[in-house]
Amino acid sequence: MPKFVSRPRKLSAKSAVNLTAYGMMAPYMILFLLLTVIPVVTAIGLSFTYFNMLETPKFIFLENYARMFLDDDVFPKVLKNTLLFALITGPVSYFISFLSAWLINEFPPMIRSFFTLAFYAPTLTGNLYFTWTYVFSGDRYGILNSILLNLGLVDAPIQWLSDPKTMMASLIVIQLWSSFGVSFLAFIAGFQNMDRSLSEAAAIDGVHNRWQELWYVTLPSMAPQLIFSAVQQIGACFSVGQIVQALSGFPTTNYAADTMLTYMLDVGTVRFEMGYASAIATFLFLMMVFVNFIITHLLKRFGTT
Amino acid sequence: MRIRLRPKKLNRSLGGNMVIFVLVALMSAFMLLPIVYTISTAFKPLSEIYVFPPHFFPHNPTTENFLQIGLLLEDFWIPFSRYVFNTILICSVVTFGHLFLSSLAAYPLARLNFTGRRLISSIVKLSLLFTPALMLIPQYIVMSEINIINTYWAFILPQVQSALGLYLMQNFMLQVPEAMLEAARIDGANEFQIYSKIVMPNIKPAWLTVMIFAFQTIWNSSGTTLSTTLVYDEKIKMISSLLSQVVAGGTARSGVGSVMGLILMIPPLVLFICCQNQVIETMSTSGMKD
Repeated sequence: MPKFVSRPRKLSAKSAVNLTAYGMMAPYMILFLLLTVIPVVTAIGLSFTYFNMLETPKFIFLENYARMFLDDDVFPKVLKNTLLFALITGPVSYFISFLSAWLINEFPPMIRSFFTLAFYAPTLTGNLYFTWTYVFSGDRYGILNSILLNLGLVDAPIQWLSDPKTMMASLIVIQLWSSFGVSFLAFIAGFQNMDRSLSEAAAIDGVHNRWQELWYVTLPSMAPQLIFSAVQQIGACFSVGQIVQALSGFPTTNYAADTMLTYMLDVGTVRFEMGYASAIATFLFLMMVFVNFIITHLLKRFGTT
Repeated sequence: MRIRLRPKKLNRSLGGNMVIFVLVALMSAFMLLPIVYTISTAFKPLSEIYVFPPHFFPHNPTTENFLQIGLLLEDFWIPFSRYVFNTILICSVVTFGHLFLSSLAAYPLARLNFTGRRLISSIVKLSLLFTPALMLIPQYIVMSEINIINTYWAFILPQVQSALGLYLMQNFMLQVPEAMLEAARIDGANEFQIYSKIVMPNIKPAWLTVMIFAFQTIWNSSGTTLSTTLVYDEKIKMISSLLSQVVAGGTARSGVGSVMGLILMIPPLVLFICCQNQVIETMSTSGMKD
């Protein structure tokens, strides 16, 4: 073997691994930086400025945040709606998707597949939420109105999706319909992979019915799925907006059903007050990260006990 | 002691099973309501759309809505074939681009011990919180800086870098036995070869899952905000954006709108039905441990 007089110093094993790893991750990570990390950081930065997309941002420190809470009649309304959507649709769809996955798991494979498809169908056919306009239509041809009129429960059709009184309730129902998503699939998968011998052992140890089995055996071993799904549901329930916008208008009557998300779009893309829109976005990010931190920690504690 | 046959499942009663079946069946009826109603309305003649009380199922089913949609599409300013072309282009770039880039990045995150691995993993995990809708305004600001607003890229790039696919890939890759990777390393394979020859062929369920998730998101992204904010030129929009135009016609257009809805729901439904087992298999590794 010929001996080289001088050759480049061999990379240490660690930096060779680093080089390979970064090389392989680079294509994805460049896009991820560009469209996730930089946007979030930019939004936080711009939240302290006045920025209208044309002039350079002007630093105004906390003025946007002061305006949000002190000087904007709409913001408290959209904050309340956001929290209402989040507090109702988040936990409800989390528990229903968990419970229904648990119930579905009891059936033989064919029936199980059918129900899995049925519960996941709203996510698959995401475009179909427009159908709810026919159900909740404000004239007497709307399905709900016609049923109520026929039964004589109301004497005039209700404007389900445009009357501020009924808007939130109708939209919450529709949001719940669409909110099972990936977290439901994670639950289904978690139950299918449960170790059957655990529940058999528990039965010998004195677990008497399926509820006890759920509480003492199933739940603790599902902790990783519970955390993953919680993250998914927190993300979804704080960013309700698409359905509101499509079914009740943009903005809704008197902002009665608008959320922080739709208000942010209103401020940002209609009025081009990007600084203020970024402040709303930042506030929403902070709420979500905070809630996520609390919930995942609680679930982790639950998983280890 | 009395010996009896052990039941198939312990702690289950027949009565309980029946109650559960009825409960689940009712819930799935609610979930399927829009799909069933879309199909039934697609076959409703115009005369049955304005009747009181409304018919849930058409009494005289007709295919006139299907013919009507043909006429309607001819009237559009942009030829329908252009929408089809855009849809195929955008969906395939998103689906395959996402699969390739996210799996390539998932391999080192799952299997190589490099500096900064934990940090990057936790950033990716945190970003699972930030839904596309939430990122719209922040992304809009960045996209307008790099001049990709109103181009195909505005549709494609945000979906390609979706964190869910990377996360699922990374978790699923942990299942490939370390011995297989070691054996390949001893045979002189480099990491890219291990990724492409050993890991990828062993994680086909994850491929399908990640592709289905990417496809269904982009396919269903007709959402009013995406198509008016990031992309406003009709020439580069997808078929799904036609749906909102047709539906905007109100009750009178509900027959034609339902035909559009019916056509649009077929691809994601068929894909999911074919790959349900693989998707569930992938999701079984989706749990978050730390």
